[in-house]
This record gives sequence, structure tokens and C-alpha cells, in this order.
Amino acid sequence: MRRRTLLQTAAAGALTFFFRTPASAAPIEPTRPGAYAEDFNAYLKISADGRVGCFVGKTELGQGATTVLAMLVAEELELDPARVDMLLGDTDLCPWDLPTGGSLTMWHTAPVLRGAAAEARAVLLGLAAKALGAPAADLALKDGALWVKADPKRRTTFGELVQGRKMARHLGKVKPKPLSECTVIGRRVPRKDALAKITGAAKYAGDLRLPGTLHACLLRPPAQGLKLTTADTAAAERVPGVRIVRDGTLLAVLHAQPDTARKALALVKGTFEGTEPDVDDVRIYQYLVDKAAPGQRVMIARGDVAAGEKRAATVVEGEYRNAYEGHATLEPHTSVAKWEEGRMTVWASNQSPFVFRDSVAEALKLDKDKVRIVTPFVGGGFGGKLVAPAAVEAARIARQLPGVPIQVAWNREEDFLLDGYRPAAVVKIRSGLDAGRGAITFWDNIAAGVSQGEAEFAYDMQTNRYQAPAVPDLHPLKVGAWRAPNAHTNAFARECQLDALAAKAGLDPATLRRRLANDPRLLRLLDLALEAFGWEPAPGPTGRGIGLACGAWRQALVVAVAQVAVDKATGKVQVLRFLEAVDVGLVVNPDGARQQVEGAITMCLGQALSEEIRFKGGHILDKNFDTYLLPRFSAIPRIQVVFADSGTTTTQGIGEPPVVPVAAALANAVFDATGARVTHVPFTPARVLEALKRVP
Amino acid sequence: MDAPVSFVLNGKPVTVTSPRDRMLVWVLRDELGLTGTKVGCEAGLCGACTVLVDQEAVLSCSTALGDVAGKSILTIEGLALDGKLDPVQKAFQDHHAFQCGYCTSGMIMAAWAFLKKKPKATRAEIVAAMEGNICRCGAHVRILDAVESVGKATGGVR
Repeated sequence: MRRRTLLQTAAAGALTFFFRTPASAAPIEPTRPGAYAEDFNAYLKISADGRVGCFVGKTELGQGATTVLAMLVAEELELDPARVDMLLGDTDLCPWDLPTGGSLTMWHTAPVLRGAAAEARAVLLGLAAKALGAPAADLALKDGALWVKADPKRRTTFGELVQGRKMARHLGKVKPKPLSECTVIGRRVPRKDALAKITGAAKYAGDLRLPGTLHACLLRPPAQGLKLTTADTAAAERVPGVRIVRDGTLLAVLHAQPDTARKALALVKGTFEGTEPDVDDVRIYQYLVDKAAPGQRVMIARGDVAAGEKRAATVVEGEYRNAYEGHATLEPHTSVAKWEEGRMTVWASNQSPFVFRDSVAEALKLDKDKVRIVTPFVGGGFGGKLVAPAAVEAARIARQLPGVPIQVAWNREEDFLLDGYRPAAVVKIRSGLDAGRGAITFWDNIAAGVSQGEAEFAYDMQTNRYQAPAVPDLHPLKVGAWRAPNAHTNAFARECQLDALAAKAGLDPATLRRRLANDPRLLRLLDLALEAFGWEPAPGPTGRGIGLACGAWRQALVVAVAQVAVDKATGKVQVLRFLEAVDVGLVVNPDGARQQVEGAITMCLGQALSEEIRFKGGHILDKNFDTYLLPRFSAIPRIQVVFADSGTTTTQGIGEPPVVPVAAALANAVFDATGARVTHVPFTPARVLEALKRVP
Repeated sequence: MDAPVSFVLNGKPVTVTSPRDRMLVWVLRDELGLTGTKVGCEAGLCGACTVLVDQEAVLSCSTALGDVAGKSILTIEGLALDGKLDPVQKAFQDHHAFQCGYCTSGMIMAAWAFLKKKPKATRAEIVAAMEGNICRCGAHVRILDAVESVGKATGGVR
């Protein structure tokens, strides 16, 4: 955690000088903020029938938390994961946890849960030893039964030992099984949510249909930055069954039928006031640079940049941009709230049950223990559902109608209007390579729109400076965490810049990265990726259309290699092949991990090539999937995933790392194909054509 | 007074009394309680609401109730017969061809309709057939693998 800690210190505004963290093979243990429950009973309940219930304050977004966490419990308790019943995201029933973001489930929660299961195992063995009159060491344990190894007829079961009661004994910290004895970890395990999802039985927040539910459609301003002042609801109120709820600037049209509520809302005439930002999706980049300039702070500095520039034989100056990007979860924000007996229950599509609880409590001025968040299946998150606007809306309305379940399900247009986007950003880098083409002599990086998060990488760069703005409300539009925040922007800039340096110096881009790698893990991963892809060293552009990029998320490392074909007449980029080599430490659920990598690559084809929130002032011009273009089947390349065997016993999360280098690898592949450097994400056909025009 | 509309739903006759211009997705979800069919865009752009009408894939968010009078509708809930999964469902299960699952019902129904017509399709034909269905999590490769495997293994849907 050392590098992270220092970066966080730097982010706090201090000018920090520090040395590179030496690469180390020792496992890096997570430091956990907040109060994870100490009592294993908080996580595990063994019922009289011997099934194990597991309670975790994360949510299932599709990333497979349900399955991988069940695997860890099953591993320690010698069970089939199918016998572990997972309950996620209920703030009444699950112990506190951080949001389901930051790829923290495997990093923070998994070791806690595994430790809890290990302690439960030891306690169960102790109880069985007493019941069977034999030392615990002489007992065997499998599938919920315990028996004396030498006399298998002397046996008992979890259910008999516990009878559904809380286990009172505690042993303190018990070590999980050594990896050599693990039989579940590393195995392909059926996803626990499969049957529900392929039969349509899986319930999402909008599927609950609680008796007496009223569907609430809210009057939205035409643009971000505007607020409701007056409204004429007379026409809507004439629709049979309609109710209107007004609470400050919130105005909702309620009806027992969702589509009728939506139609009645269209009859409401509102007036709005406020100031829209004077900027659009074209001028946004200069806007950010200008607004950030007076607030630029040196976040990281090492060495003398001016002296480094004098030592450079090759100097490149690059400017890299990315547009605002939506989360566009296929399930829009949806919540159902019910106010009953002085408590608010919200069934919410969410990534952070405890943050949602606190947000609802704060908005309604309730004690936290008067709010319960329940999490059904969640139709995607990607950072967008870390925040609770729809849950708060539903709760505010429900507070006025005791006993009536209120459903707020945003439609697609609302989801685009009210999302907190991936921040648009501009990163300028000036950097140089020495005459021997083996050292970066200086690296001067100034960002607007993002922090310096994950800007540094496991490269040997002795002389560098990173500036980022400390400007409140820099963005004219609402922004938020988007799967690996900051990291994809900074990796795009860094990896494209390195590629440009290599090309200008006539050096194979992989060779440059191998020379710069200062972590043996990175070197091994590079070699793994290059070999798996069949990389043939050559300085670019080669015309082959192959590009390379590296990225990190915490201690997780990723190397991406892409191959593209560029239609020079239309500017269309077709991705032919995409490989990622990933080092996240111990891979607990190989197929689940692979799914995350495949998904990240696929999702980021959109980030790289087509997804952009267009806006004029506060008006969001993209309202649906006709203009906001997600990758469809015809865009999908051949995808390869390889995992490094890093020999460690700790596990990094994998939701975010594979996102980080995707756009950079594709941009570098476009350069290799055409000699044109695309520096603006997404590189739409129009931007590719512009870049092609600039090729000498 | 809305005139009753009758159709066959998952093998059983039903009659609903709703405006004929009400979109089918709301009738299915709100009136008949079949919530496996999802709402993603309400504009015929994402495929999450795909159901079968007389074995053709249609977008239920853009299909009026009146247009299905007398027809046979199959939703995800009706695909498994006597508790036995349809080969397409089984293939999605085996390939883990989903993540969040929100697009999955629509994907399975679209694939089913396509495979019914063309059980031995090429990969390129499957890609073209599935192009109207959006998956945000990026399960595309597995979905294509799953659909391809159905044709290869079982010679198509039931």
C-alpha cells in the first residue's frame, strides 16, 4: 500500500518528494478503513439443515460477487459453493461494508470473510470434538458433516452442532487454509445467479411489484443546472388515478401503472430557473484548461525537469483528451421506497447499500437506523450506482404517503440527463528519451479534469512532475466515478505518449516498455502478453495495426495488445483482436475473473471508439441509444485473456484493472496501422479522419 | 371502456382489458406480472424487452397490445418446458453468457427466434441477428459462443 498512501498524501495538496517503492515479492496486505465486524457470526449463519447463510454488505452487479464470496466460505468450510446461500446488500442483515466499487470486494472484504469462515471452521471442529469425544485433529470435515477419521460412524453435522443458533465461542484470528490444501479456489464454479437470470426469475428493483405500489415519474428540468419553480398540474390531475406529490423542487406524478404515470407527466407544464453553463462538448477542453490553470498544484515532483529536458535526445509533446462518458447501465436507476411504522425501507438498484442508507437518512432527516436498504439484483453499476439520487427521490415521496410503496424508475433519457459522467479531461505531457533510448530523462504531466490517480506507473522515471488542479466544481456537468476513475484517462495519456516517444526514436514500443519496467512483475507480464500475442518487435508505424499499452489499478497490473483495421476512407476502426495479460495476484474464480476482463475490454471498445455525451449548456443532447453508441456484436473482436501466476496469496479485485489500458492500446494500434495518432477519446470516425489528415 | 384483448401467453389463453395502444411490455410486466421481460430504452433500441409473437422476435416496448390479439406470445418465463430448460437457456447457463443479467431475457428470446429459423447459422449470421440487442457488461463473446453452440450441439431450439 505504500505507493498508494503516498499518492493520497500528495493528493491532499502537499508537495511530496519520494522515492520509488522497490518491487517486492512479499504479499502486500490491504489496509481497511472503517469498521468491519469482528464477530464471524455477523457474516455466517449455519441453519439447522446444515446450509450456510453468508451475509455481506456488497451488492451483485453482475460482477460475480455472489459466486466468488461463496467460494471462499465453501473453501474454509469444505462445502460445495452451491450450499452457501448468499445474502448481499441488506443494511439490516449484513455487516457494514464499503461501497461495491474500487475493485475492493476481493481486496478488502474477501480476506475478512475468509478469516471469518476459517474461525467458524475451527469453532465447529471444536464443538464436534467435544460432541464426539475425540481431539479436533482426529476429525474429518466435508459437505457439512464431521466424523472421527478412524471411526467414521462417530459423526455429527453442522446442523446438529449449531441448531441454527449463534456460535458463542471465539478463537480470535484463525489462519485460512494454505493454498496447497485448497480445492475450491481456482476451480470453475457455476455462477450462483445463473438460473435466476436465464429464466427471468431474477428480481431487479423494478420487478418487485409490492401490493399497492404507485409509480412515480418526476418532472425534470430540460437541462442540468436548472430547477423547478412553478408547475401547472391541472391536466395531469384529470387523468383518473393520478396523484401529484410536490416537495420543494421535486414534483412527481404518481399512478398505479408506470406507463400511465409517464403519460400524465407529459401533461405537466413546469417553469424552471437557474443558470446553465456556457460551454458545450466542443469547447469543454479549453474551458477545463482555462478554469484549472489558476488552481494547478504540483502533486508529485522528483528530480529537475529542466535539467532532464537538456539530457533528452528525443522530445515529444502531446495533448490527450477524453469526452464525458455515461455509465449507461442497461437497468436505469430504480428504487422502491416504503415508509412504515417510522422506518423507511428502500429496495434500491445500488452499489453501496450503506452510503444509500446514509444518503436517504440525511435527506429525510432520519436516524440511520430508521432506514433500511435492501438490494435486489442490480442491472449494472460501473460506478454510476454509487450514488443514491433515485433512492432519495423515492424515499422523499414515500415519506408523504405512509404505507404506500413508491417506485421511481428512471427512463433512459433521465438516466443520461442525471448521470454523473466520467469526467472529460485534458492531459498534456512533455517528455524526453535519452540518446541510448533506455531512459526517460524527464516527464512533465499537467492535467485538467482528472487527478493524478494512476498517472505514475511501474516505469523507471527518475525525473518527473505531475500537476493537477485543486479547483472545486471544475466540471460544468455532474461527474462521478466511472470504472477505474482517473486511471483510464491517465493511462491513455501516458501510454500514447510513450508510444510517440518510441516511434520518434525509431524504437519498438514493447522494447521501450521492457527497458523502462522497474517491477519484475511488469516485466514478466509484458513477456507473457507479448509471447501470447506473437509480438514481433519493430518500430512503428508498421502498417500491421498492432498496439500495446500497460495499466495499473492499485497493485494490479495489466498489459493490453490490440490489433485493428482502419478504413482510411471512412475513419472507421474495426478491432480485430484484443489480448490482455492480467496480474491480480491469486485468481480465486478463474472464469469469473475472465468474464470481468472480457467485459472490460468489450465495454471500453465503446469508451475508445464511440461513447461521448454531447451537450450544449446544460442540455444533454444524447437521450437514448440511437445517438449514444454502445458497442454492439459486430464490433467485438477476438478476445484473449491470460492470467499471470504471480505466486502470491493475496487477491486484487478485477472489476477495474482490465479497463485501464484499453483505449491506449487501441489508439496505439491505430497509429501502427496508419501513422495517425488519435489523441481524443472517443476516436470516432470523424476524429480518425482528422488525425489521418495530419499525417505528413 | 377498453375492449378485452385475447391472446395465448406461454401456452395459455389470456384476456386482458387494457387500451389497445398500451405497449405490450407494460401489459406483460404490470398487468400479468411477468417481469422477466425488461425495460431498457422504451424506444426499440436495446432489445431488452424482446419477446416472441408467433415465434418472431418483437420488441414489446414498441408493440401495441392490439397488434397481438389472437396471437401466441412467448416470454422468457414460458421458455422452459415442464421445468426443463430450453437449449438456448442451457447454453447461456453453461457459457456464463451474462453478467448483470438485465439484457439476458431479451438476448435469449432473440437468439431463440433466430435459431428457430436458422439452426445451423454461421458466426457472422449470428452476429447480424443479435446486433439489435445491447449488453452493457460485455458478455458478447460468450453470448455468441452460447448461441453458436446450440446450433452445433442440438440442432436448434425445440
